[in-house]
Amino acid sequence: MKKLSARRRHPLAAVVVLLLALACTGGLYAVFAPADKAQAEETSQSLAIDEGKKLYSVGCASCHGTGGQGTSDGPSLVGVGAAAVDFQVGTGRMPAQQPGAQVPKKKNIYTQAEIDQLAAYIASLGAGPAVPTEEQYSPEGANIARGGELFRTNCAQCHNFTGKGGALTHGKYAPALDDVDPKHIYQAMLTGPQNMPSFPDTTMSEENKKDIIAYLDAVNSDETVEPGGLNLGGLGPVTEGLFGWIFGLGALVAVAIWVAARTAKAKKS
Amino acid sequence: MSTTTTKDARGKAPAGERVADWADGRLGIYSLAKANMRKIFPDHPSFMLGEICLYSFIIIILTGVYLTLFFHPSMNEVEYTGSYVPLQGQLMSEAFNSTMHISFDVRGGLLIRQIHHWAALVFLAGMFVHMMRVFFTGAFRKPREINWVFGFLLFVLGMFTGFTGYSLPDDLLSGTGVRFMEGAVLSVPIVGTYLSFFLFGGEFPGGDFVARFFAVHVLLLPGIMLGLVVAHLILVFYHKHTQFAGPGRTNNNVVGMPLLPVYMAKAGGFFFLVFGVIAVIAALVQINPIWAMGPYRPDQVSTGAQPDWYMGFSEGLIRAMPGWEIDFAGHTLVLGVFIPLMIFPLVLVAIAVYPFIESWVTGDKREHHILDRPRNAPTRTGVGVAWITWYVVMLIGGGNDLFATHFHLSINAVTWFVRIAFFVAPVIAFIVTKRICLGLQRRDRDKVLHGRESGIIKRLPHGEFIEIHEPLSQEQLHTLTAHEQYEPVEIGPKVDEYGVERKIPASEKLRAKLSENYYGEGHQIPKPTVDEFKEITSGHGHH
Repeated sequence: MKKLSARRRHPLAAVVVLLLALACTGGLYAVFAPADKAQAEETSQSLAIDEGKKLYSVGCASCHGTGGQGTSDGPSLVGVGAAAVDFQVGTGRMPAQQPGAQVPKKKNIYTQAEIDQLAAYIASLGAGPAVPTEEQYSPEGANIARGGELFRTNCAQCHNFTGKGGALTHGKYAPALDDVDPKHIYQAMLTGPQNMPSFPDTTMSEENKKDIIAYLDAVNSDETVEPGGLNLGGLGPVTEGLFGWIFGLGALVAVAIWVAARTAKAKKS
Repeated sequence: MSTTTTKDARGKAPAGERVADWADGRLGIYSLAKANMRKIFPDHPSFMLGEICLYSFIIIILTGVYLTLFFHPSMNEVEYTGSYVPLQGQLMSEAFNSTMHISFDVRGGLLIRQIHHWAALVFLAGMFVHMMRVFFTGAFRKPREINWVFGFLLFVLGMFTGFTGYSLPDDLLSGTGVRFMEGAVLSVPIVGTYLSFFLFGGEFPGGDFVARFFAVHVLLLPGIMLGLVVAHLILVFYHKHTQFAGPGRTNNNVVGMPLLPVYMAKAGGFFFLVFGVIAVIAALVQINPIWAMGPYRPDQVSTGAQPDWYMGFSEGLIRAMPGWEIDFAGHTLVLGVFIPLMIFPLVLVAIAVYPFIESWVTGDKREHHILDRPRNAPTRTGVGVAWITWYVVMLIGGGNDLFATHFHLSINAVTWFVRIAFFVAPVIAFIVTKRICLGLQRRDRDKVLHGRESGIIKRLPHGEFIEIHEPLSQEQLHTLTAHEQYEPVEIGPKVDEYGVERKIPASEKLRAKLSENYYGEGHQIPKPTVDEFKEITSGHGHH
């Protein structure tokens, strides 16, 4: 300590103190900086919520109510979560064109940024499932065979063996799952859109969801190999029967007419 | 005959002759061949429908034999280790596993499986159309009633052979079908449960049904069918083939080409054409992709679970029937399933018994070898079209979900359509068809009396425009007027020979009424008489 106090009149003492003061300030800044950054994120989040609210008032409020509380034309969105918004808007189902038995998939007119803003607004109304990360829904390394078994147990009764879709009551239907984005499949299982039951992680684990996505990717996508030729829509015996009648028997009848027309002429004697 | 040819003065007879001689000496085929080789068959494309059935049946047998070499009819549980990735590690029955093995790991296995299945669909469709050809042309009339019944039995047995075969792979789709059948069996009052336990050797699905269905599918039913096919063909030979009316064709002759060489060549060629068409389809188009459906497990089910088309009408009956259930003395009667189960055979029997009803109504006991044109038998044609309409309505019911999704309809609306159309559509079809037939008869009459419209417009000196009608040739006139027209049956005298009022049996009244509806005034257009024809064509420039 003595050494230090002896040099307190040193010409460079002021510089050292200054450096120390700067280091302290810097250190303190460094300590507080994350807090500041969090503050900034919250600001951008609230900005997203504000933007989302604007988009919501234009596209959604007429049916779901100005505060997402729901009306006679649309259900409440409190607590549906960001995943539901990302699914419904991302697949073009929402905003709906018209009320009906079921809202069909159509072209999505929102950018992903706008969808995220809408999702942020809806998520702010009440806690719900968040948008899954790619790591959650990517089918990499999942068990296709187990996915198939899970699909047949949980999904096939509405979506058909390989997800070609099927009818429900009164004009409702389970849509075909050809080439649906893995993220959307995951979100649909998570949130249970429209007539579909939901399969939260407590019912079906994240891993199982991945297995199902991997199965669909294997049997119902562009890359699916179809052993044995055309699959006739993968709809089973009805299309097979139609094909058998029209092209099978049809071709044979045409051949029969051709053969019968080529007959030996009776010799006139 | 044999001794004279071999001891020919010119030395040894040609090899072929010697073989034929050897065979004749032991089998007596000479007289058989002599009688049949020159047998005449008439020519018409529709007469080849039966051939399509015969050949597809042969194709089914050939491919089926190949499949039995690899198929294991067992329900033991095994783990799949074959080359189809999305099922690896899954537990399944040996039946499913071996079908997967046939499809992916046996050389040509999938192609043979698909030929077998496509040929089965075509076989049944061919039989259906063949049966309708026979129906609409009246080829079932005496002496061919028995052969009609044989053909009908072949169709029904074909349905069940198809159903048992479709169930063998033990996949999720066919397993659902077997479950459906079990449900129908269970719905039978009193004995349902016993029957089901008897069929499955215990609780469904048990461990027996694949082995049992296998025996039925490869041995029992095809054996009976083969016998019936032979009997059917023998009767065709024995009765000789029917022919359409035409100049030189009578009830007592057959005009056409001899079996050898013309029909042998044609039929042989046609066999390969049928095989070719079916093989091309099987090579290009999937059928029953069991790998996509997965192995059967009673706790799983898929939407769009339908049987092959020939069983589709039973599916339609069940789907359209309201789910009625009544409680009777502590027992549940599942009418929603039991009533369709009872209607199922009635649908088939309805068409099978028609020939006998018609012969009772007409009282016609003569032999008929000349075919009717469908228009000249309006009531029969109407009944046939009504039956087909009925059948198609039930098929629509069986595919109600696919009609709903693909035409953007409500499945409930489709079902209600089927329920109403089940009763209404056949009636409408009957009336409309009969009117069309009568219209066509009028047209024929018009053509005979006034000739063919030539399309040439002539202006007469006084300014009138007329279209020139060309008279028909003698051949055409004959063909259009060759059919016979019946008179309605009269109820006998109301009083007997003593003047006492006779009791007329109800059946006789019914018969007279039906007969009136077949042949009474307004139910057929009288064909032109010779006098009418002479009068009109006696050349006053009339058209």
